[in-house]
Amino acid sequence: MSEGNGHGQTLAEKILARASGQERVVPGEIVEGRVDLAMMHEQGAQTVAPFHQMGAERVWDPDRVVIAIDHWVPASTEGAAVLHRILRKFAAETHLPHFYDVGNHGICHQILAENGWVVPGDLAVGTDSHTNMLGAMGAVAAGIGPTEMAAVLALGRLWLKVPPSISVEVRGQFGRGVTAKDLVLRVLGEVRTTGATYKAVEFSGPTIGRMSMPERFTICNMTTEMGAKTGMVAPDQTTFDYLAPIAKHAMHPMRSDPDARYERTVEIDVEGMPPMVACPYSPDNVRPLPDVVKEHVRVDQVFLGSCTNARIEDLREGAALMKGEKVAPGVRFIVSPASTKIYQQCLAEGIIETFTEAGAVFTNSSCSACFGGNMGILAPDEVCASSSNRNFPGRMGAKEARIYLMSPAAVVATAIRGEISDPREMQ
Amino acid sequence: MQEIIEGRVWTLGRDVDTDQIISGKYLTIIDPNELKKHVFEIALPAFAKEARAGDILVADENFGSGSSREHAPQAMRAIGVGAVVADSFARIFYRNAINLGIPTIEARGVRAIFETGDTARIELRAGVVRNVRTGASVEFPPIPHHLLELLEAGGLVEKVRAELAARKAAGASP
Ligand code: SF4
Repeated sequence: MSEGNGHGQTLAEKILARASGQERVVPGEIVEGRVDLAMMHEQGAQTVAPFHQMGAERVWDPDRVVIAIDHWVPASTEGAAVLHRILRKFAAETHLPHFYDVGNHGICHQILAENGWVVPGDLAVGTDSHTNMLGAMGAVAAGIGPTEMAAVLALGRLWLKVPPSISVEVRGQFGRGVTAKDLVLRVLGEVRTTGATYKAVEFSGPTIGRMSMPERFTICNMTTEMGAKTGMVAPDQTTFDYLAPIAKHAMHPMRSDPDARYERTVEIDVEGMPPMVACPYSPDNVRPLPDVVKEHVRVDQVFLGSCTNARIEDLREGAALMKGEKVAPGVRFIVSPASTKIYQQCLAEGIIETFTEAGAVFTNSSCSACFGGNMGILAPDEVCASSSNRNFPGRMGAKEARIYLMSPAAVVATAIRGEISDPREMQ
Repeated sequence: MQEIIEGRVWTLGRDVDTDQIISGKYLTIIDPNELKKHVFEIALPAFAKEARAGDILVADENFGSGSSREHAPQAMRAIGVGAVVADSFARIFYRNAINLGIPTIEARGVRAIFETGDTARIELRAGVVRNVRTGASVEFPPIPHHLLELLEAGGLVEKVRAELAARKAAGASP
């Protein structure tokens, strides 16, 4: 591997070197990585059969496994009830204590984040593609399928191709009404849905340095839509302050060397950047929001939720705009917090009252309308404005339905006006 | 695993994501034989009824993007899909398909040389996909050793089973 010597390493390379017990690794190399944290949601039910077929008798380390059900909570179909039961039984039989079941539930990625399950330097895997979000902790966090998860549960490791890294350097101050979501949509417009396939996307620069952890979660979350193996932000004081009271295991903070090799560098200045919107039918079909506003796009449903944007900060911002306003006639507005803890915060802060008085539906915390299999399903030809991360055909129901992705503030502005709107015009 | 794979071709476009392969409403189905009835309902509706074991899927760029759902390759395996060839794959789909033992081949330019109904001949070690009707072919880089091993073992379940059995025989704890 001498070709890799002589220059610095990226954060992703350092983490995978540590996970595979090597001095250094180079992009393209296939390594066996030791897993620090494995997460399963309902799809984990499909892990049980292959786990037994492998002849595995026990889970490699029950304290490194988290189960968090979120797609159908409480079970909304018989099929979902069966998935939940398979997981409960498996957790009991293999002695997995960290099960976030109904009543203590939330979107799996938010559960990992708010309970400190992923820390700097970790290699984390989950049976969900948006596991990328946890890379915001300064970790490599990637989605895998259930058969692969069975192997992880049995062996505590998996094969990985060391990814080349893309550096996204961000500078400038956000204008009023412009958020981390608008930034990541802008990056998607540039990198596109295939631009980071098999790669690590590392965000850096002064704008990222000023971002809170929730904002970093939002931008790392949508690196999945770029095809990335993981999104990441190098750990700093913000990370350590967030994790200090909750970290579940030891941190190994690392950062990229100044002379690390990136396959590509994308520079973005957010000064003067307008809010962004991803139009049907792809998350990279990104346009400045003011251009879309001019087209007077009427909506049938609005969704403020998902692992991308349903944290307390998002809901507070939305409630501030919603206060004293009404949901437009003919519009269904669904608000779903990302976890039970956030639900409780909303209750304490009067946020539930604000939304429900305005005519919104405030639901239990779950994936909710995000994936078209639980609730808030769209009929053919309906239009939805959503704070989530995907707008593929059929994502939220009928394949003809049209989904526009935007920030929580823009979603609320749209709910009030009944057509796609710019939050900057609201106050 | 066969060295040479030959089969009838079904073509697909670019960015066929997993929602279009198995949509969200079927995600609570576990039985692959039930899942296969709904495969490609959005992207290629005729497939579920008319596909035969051994058929080959040929797709454009970014095949299998979107969610981590293994339902997609599971449904393909239940049908007995002989191979999936694409200009490029999304990463989780690629891993899932290989882990399930489905020959999954990234061959730049492959979509352009096929139409639905053609016959494809794939020579795995030589790294060539050929259209038997037109004679056109594209080459692909060798499949990494580690992944060939996985395919040869019949997928990840078989590979891990062998490893655990060997450990047990050697007296080590699993
Ligand atoms: S909120 Fe949506 S994107 Fe996030 S885990 Fe749930 S279904 Fe997936």
